[in-house]
Amino acid sequence: MDKLRLRFEKTGKAAYISHLDLLHVVQRAFLRAGTPLKYSEGFNPHAIISICVPLSVGMESLCELMDFRVTREIDLAALPGELNAVSPEGIRFIECYEPQRKAAEIKWLRCEGVYEYDALAPEISELDAFYRRGSIPVTRRTKRGEGVLELAGNVRDFELERCEAGVRLGCTVSAQEPAVNPELLVKALAQLAPELGPDFASWKRLGFYGSDMTAFR
Amino acid sequence: MDKRLRRILPTVQKPARYTGGEYNEIVKDKASVKLRMAFCFPDVYEIGMSNLGMRILYGCINEVPEYACERVFAPWGDMAEAMRRENIPLYALESGDPVSEFDVIGFSLGYEMAYPTVLDMLDMAGIPLRSSERTGLTPLVFAGGTSMCNPEPMAPFMDLMAIGEGEELDIELLRLFEKARDAGWSKAEFLREAASIPGIYVPSLYEPVYKADGTLAELRPLPGAPETVTKRIVADLDKSYFPTKPIVPSTEIVHDRVNVELFRGCVRGCRFCQAGYAYRPIRARSPETVISQGIESIRNTGCQEATLLSLSSSDYRYLSEACDGLLEYCEPRSVSLSLPSLRADNFSMELMSRLQKVRRGGLTFAPEAGTQRLRDVINKNVTEEELLNTCRIAFEGGWNGIKLYFMLGLPTETDEDVLGIAGLADKVLHTWRKYSPNRQRGVRITVSTSCFIPKPHSPFQWEAQVSMDEYRRRVNLLRGAITARSIQYNWHDASTSFVEAVLSRGDRRVADAIECAHKMGARMEAWSDYFDFKRWLAAFDAAGIDPAFYASRERAEDEVLPWCRVSMGVKAGLLLRERHRAYEARLSPDCRAQCSACGALELLPEGVKCDG
Repeated sequence: MDKLRLRFEKTGKAAYISHLDLLHVVQRAFLRAGTPLKYSEGFNPHAIISICVPLSVGMESLCELMDFRVTREIDLAALPGELNAVSPEGIRFIECYEPQRKAAEIKWLRCEGVYEYDALAPEISELDAFYRRGSIPVTRRTKRGEGVLELAGNVRDFELERCEAGVRLGCTVSAQEPAVNPELLVKALAQLAPELGPDFASWKRLGFYGSDMTAFR
Repeated sequence: MDKRLRRILPTVQKPARYTGGEYNEIVKDKASVKLRMAFCFPDVYEIGMSNLGMRILYGCINEVPEYACERVFAPWGDMAEAMRRENIPLYALESGDPVSEFDVIGFSLGYEMAYPTVLDMLDMAGIPLRSSERTGLTPLVFAGGTSMCNPEPMAPFMDLMAIGEGEELDIELLRLFEKARDAGWSKAEFLREAASIPGIYVPSLYEPVYKADGTLAELRPLPGAPETVTKRIVADLDKSYFPTKPIVPSTEIVHDRVNVELFRGCVRGCRFCQAGYAYRPIRARSPETVISQGIESIRNTGCQEATLLSLSSSDYRYLSEACDGLLEYCEPRSVSLSLPSLRADNFSMELMSRLQKVRRGGLTFAPEAGTQRLRDVINKNVTEEELLNTCRIAFEGGWNGIKLYFMLGLPTETDEDVLGIAGLADKVLHTWRKYSPNRQRGVRITVSTSCFIPKPHSPFQWEAQVSMDEYRRRVNLLRGAITARSIQYNWHDASTSFVEAVLSRGDRRVADAIECAHKMGARMEAWSDYFDFKRWLAAFDAAGIDPAFYASRERAEDEVLPWCRVSMGVKAGLLLRERHRAYEARLSPDCRAQCSACGALELLPEGVKCDG
């Protein structure tokens, strides 16, 4: 059982730790907890850790998944507690298990956004109508330059409701192929219906699913 | 988290610098503490968190259960702009509370170019810059750190300065402040009382009197002020506080590793070096303490790199013992141990090879000057033979990169000395050609020069800095003389060194220029991204001071110097003697070969010996 998976939360202050820094943070937590982490062999050994689907800086998550390897049997049930005792604020490990599916099989991601409006928030029905359009092409900048991504079909199961800050929006986005950053939903408003755009939006990941919409483990 | 802050954090670079929440951070309930201190470091998080002094004092003050010490760093430009735009005042990382809500605000000042950032931070905190404008007792604003050995350029802004090491002094100061606040003392009453704590310099209790030629006639102590403020030290490093549960940053910092301090002070007495004189007497930690503190810190942080710190590691008597003890713990756990500040001798090289089995970093040596004559002038006891021999061992051992650091503009320097740098670099290259086992891999020799800046409390404190034009002429001379393709030459900018020279040996009038520079937008001036020489010239002009008066003028040996009220424990007579010996190119033996009777011994309690 050398291949293992940890599910953890990254919330509050920890939301601002970048992907690369997080790997470092987690590696040190493992060392403090005395977990027998497996290292790559070679001239420059590094811990074999990978985060299944990298998270944008500033976004919170209740469902981060991290794959790693160990050199000997460990108590899976005890590990989250051991790690939590030596982790920074906002990083909280929930469970550790042997993976059932490969990370590449992650397809959908349930997330929740809070749209903050400083003035009056638009009608729920207006936002709902926007996201139900047959085509929502959003222009985004990627490493390869500017490109257009079609959101329709890649985001589904919208749930909208009013909240104190403005509007709370639940939705399921394609997590991989294509990877849809939920922030594109706000960008789409700015580009296609600026009158509906919030003054600020914050996002939280809730759970990963396979292509069959069963919970990913 | 503040709503406005939540909105700007995703828009700035590396937001994890601004949130706190790291592992081992000390958070106290503000309702249950008696006093809160904001420990301000006038540079970005990555620099401040790499500073051992700050980590020691942060932990040390928080050891007092009823005191809470929080960290404050200067935000990078994008964040500073966003905070100003959104009216977010400067806040401390642990609680997120505005700095202005703290009882005490302390600044750590290690280098002079950070002075404008101090004013910028006060401004961002909404606190009046000048001590005289802050009439209430709270918040108390003070500064410590090495550059406060000349407190005068920052005098108008600080209520007081803590001179020397802060472990004991800061606590005594906070105790007195707590008493004053609870008893309702006025600020003036408190400052007068604080001046009686050894090591506390209250600038408002000294009045500068100038002569017609602009030099000081006197720095007159007002009633209640001591004639001399002598720096404080920690006598026994084995018994003093050391942070073995340091904060583990959640984002990359400059020196992201466990620090273990070997000793304080330096036995060498290089005449240009402020630290070599200002940190005396020499006090060592026992190897047992070094080993146990190192292991404890590695355990508590999960760091995979540890480094042994001091001004000159080779001079630590128990270096082998300490390294062996630490290696025993580190090796099986793949923790690497590094040892900066080694001297270029055989013993050091053997040790380096033992430490760096896997990742072999570059080697850096600082001969400081190109000829033996000039090295004798500055009392840098390294001979060409020793250096080349060390290079030989390094090249034979597989190293293929060496950095050599020099200063241009040292007292008595001639063109021959400048060209000597190129000659020395050539000899290093020749050594590589002769001894490298694998010449196909090539070699990289880097020569760097900076412009010599005379510093207070060093034997060269009376010297003139060479003019910027002269420094540039010498740079060009050297550039022309370095011809080999595998030798790369970098030189430090002349204008930064010129400004630093003004701030280093400035008097109270320089404070006006610092304030003008701040008002014109100066901050983070140690960063080439932000340094603006034209702005400095405009600031000097607006403040009505001539920078050359401070940077380029040789002081008479009987001149009253702005730092005359501060004693670092070393007798002025010794500094003078060393200066005169420099002009004779005469070496002084290191402290272990022969005690120079510098006077620092008197800082130690009776019966305790200096480790020199």
